[in-house]
Amino acid sequence: MCGSAAVPSGSSMKTYTEAILLGLAAGFLARLYMLRTDYRNYPAYPHGYVIHLSLGAIAASLAAIALPALLEEEYTAITFLVLCAQQFRDIRNMERETLINLEEHKLVPRGMDYIEGIAKVFESRNYLVMLVALVTTGAAIAGGLPAGLLGAGCMILFARFLMRGSFIGDIARVEAAALHFEKSLLYVDDIVIMNVGDAKAREKILREGVGIMLHPYDDDGRAILNDLGQRQALLHDISMLVGNKLEIGEPEWTPAARKNMETGALGIFLLPNEKDTGCVMEAARRTPVLESAVQKPLASTVGRKAAD
Amino acid sequence: MQDTILAVVVTRRHADKVQGMNSIFIVEDEAELERTALLLSRILKAMAHDLENGVTILVQH
Repeated sequence: MCGSAAVPSGSSMKTYTEAILLGLAAGFLARLYMLRTDYRNYPAYPHGYVIHLSLGAIAASLAAIALPALLEEEYTAITFLVLCAQQFRDIRNMERETLINLEEHKLVPRGMDYIEGIAKVFESRNYLVMLVALVTTGAAIAGGLPAGLLGAGCMILFARFLMRGSFIGDIARVEAAALHFEKSLLYVDDIVIMNVGDAKAREKILREGVGIMLHPYDDDGRAILNDLGQRQALLHDISMLVGNKLEIGEPEWTPAARKNMETGALGIFLLPNEKDTGCVMEAARRTPVLESAVQKPLASTVGRKAAD
Repeated sequence: MQDTILAVVVTRRHADKVQGMNSIFIVEDEAELERTALLLSRILKAMAHDLENGVTILVQH
């Protein structure tokens, strides 16, 4: 492995063994912990766990060795770290490719924006593992085993804090909304969703469909809901959590999100497995805000002026 | 190509409202229109859209 050259030789290295092992363990545990918490992002195949845990262990071992190597004045160690960081970029490509391949056979796809976000998260998690391992080793070298353990605990909590993004529930008020037809046009409140030609399909939609409205709190939220990738992520996450009756060759049940162009509110229609509006609303609130959808017009003077 | 009209179903009474398509299905009444549109929808994996003038189109989205 590329990090092996970073290990300084000589007996002085033995004094660091404890610190290195502690850093390695902390980094590995951090990766395990981060795998557990991201069920929503994770494509559910067991080999994925093996891949990410192995790479997490490699990242942890590299970072754990870095500090002792520096203290032993083995400066080439740093260059090897950089080389390995480069390798971790492949994780992003790997995740992206896997998810795109899976996308083909999803009735409600995630969308490219969501996939890009997930891939980026997987790459960044390895850097977080390296950070955890590095700080833990440093603390253990400076203050012994207790300091190392304390450092590991703090860093894992810190990593958790860094991983937390915002959710749709933070940027918009989610409400139940009435589904109704005007002749063949399906409406969620006052938003036209689509034209449904089949009379029986219209009856079924009225009987079993669910409509919800997302009212953005401010112009930043409005910009996020305006993003098509974010809308697709919403449809995917809701469909995944509450189920969806959509079937191949029956496009009438396709979930859809359309905005009210005057207010920026987003109307969502879907046909869940069970008509439980409360669960649909909760699923919408829990959908992560995509990094690519985040826009902050209110952070600029022009945006603030336009908002009032 | 997205959003292609694959077929048109129209009642005999409104048959003169459609021209130029290869797949125009002329039916006798509303009931037959509904049934034909549903069958075509399932066969073509397309969505039936009602133009509210006796014409239903099958669109591949």
